[in-house]
Amino acid sequence: MTPTEAFERARRRSAVWIGIGLLLLATVYVRALVFTPAEVVQGLAQKIFYVHVPSAWVAFLAFGIVGVSSAVYLFLKDPRLDLFASSAAEVGMVFTTAVLVTGPIWGKPIWGTWWTWDARLTLTLFLWFVVLAYLVLRTAVHEPSQRARYSAVLGILGALLVPFIHVSVYLFRTVHPMPVVLRPGKPTLPGSMLATLLFSFAVFMLFFAALLWHRYALARLADARAHAAAERDDA
Amino acid sequence: MGELLRAAWAIAAKDVLLEFRSRTAFVSALVFTALVLAIFNFARDPTAVSAVDLAPGILWITFTFAGMLGLNRAFGLERENRALDGLLLSPASRTAIYVGKVLANLVFVGAVEAIALPLFALFFNVPILPVLGPLVLVIALATVGFVAVGTLMSSMAVNTRFAELMLPVLLLPFLVPPVTAAVQMTARLFAGRPFSEVSAWLRLLVGYDIIFVAACILFFESTIEE
Repeated sequence: MTPTEAFERARRRSAVWIGIGLLLLATVYVRALVFTPAEVVQGLAQKIFYVHVPSAWVAFLAFGIVGVSSAVYLFLKDPRLDLFASSAAEVGMVFTTAVLVTGPIWGKPIWGTWWTWDARLTLTLFLWFVVLAYLVLRTAVHEPSQRARYSAVLGILGALLVPFIHVSVYLFRTVHPMPVVLRPGKPTLPGSMLATLLFSFAVFMLFFAALLWHRYALARLADARAHAAAERDDA
Repeated sequence: MGELLRAAWAIAAKDVLLEFRSRTAFVSALVFTALVLAIFNFARDPTAVSAVDLAPGILWITFTFAGMLGLNRAFGLERENRALDGLLLSPASRTAIYVGKVLANLVFVGAVEAIALPLFALFFNVPILPVLGPLVLVIALATVGFVAVGTLMSSMAVNTRFAELMLPVLLLPFLVPPVTAAVQMTARLFAGRPFSEVSAWLRLLVGYDIIFVAACILFFESTIEE
């Protein structure tokens, strides 16, 4: 089996998993809407929580992957790490956009405003800008190894920037709900809601992994094609 | 270390001398700064918003944009006639090249700021003299962080398509912490609040400078490898 055939197979297999992820995503909606109690104060508006929060977790995971793969790339100079980092950035971009879209939809009925310059909103928005810059930079550099080095540097600096933006926006007042799961002590979220949230999180993880796998297989295919074209030109 | 600083100094001196001979970029940046400050006058209703409320934001937006003009120039200069190849062939280390570029950019941006600040005080009637010491400290700290990151980004941006557009896209998100801190501290200073009130912002700014100067020195090499 040639490498191209292997990537082609990975692309087809990951597409199947994306399909499974989408089906499971539908069951998340059903479970959240039908089998999970409505929140007392917020009512139905709170249902978006089961999409908003897992998207945010997965988005942050994606940026962690970008930062780590970028750092390792600068040491090993393995082009696969660059392709992996860029795939994670692109998929992370999708989930960050989901966070930034579901956030205002939830914010409008509860906070009374689509947007507020709250600490975590601002942080997410700027993360989105950094990833956008990362993806734009990649389209603006032609030579693959130069593109890989530039994006690795930007990926690492972006990861370093996150805590600083977090602190600077935190010094402004925040209206965001405090964490209800990942906090010291026991989760304050009631059991049935927690179960739905964790289920949703698991589905989002699977969906993310499938998308990342798929995107990476596509990146390897594009890379293999570019190499083949370069060899043909040389010959 | 001494070797590095000597080489860095030579590179910075070369850039400053080049700029001093032509003065095109410097004069353009100054005119730009004066224009921005004057135009901001129309962005507020003088009967509703007092100048001192808007002044800190205006000051830092002006500095940020003026600084960006200078940063675009730093590596664009070396790109003409492939002068960067000459620099890379010289015995100066990559770190020395970076430090030299940062020093030259600091001179450029610092000079623009030094002329813009009195102009700003004049236009917006802000009493800067009583708080001049702390204000200069804030400006210096924010400028160091801004220029350190900006120099690294411009070394990448010049090698992309649409270099002039790419630099702000890459750099502006990185300016959120230093510029926010600087605006907050400047506002407290103009309001006559004690400097101790801004210690959290000051720590943030110093931490940013330390982390990003170190990271940029470390990673600059990766941006100019041939």
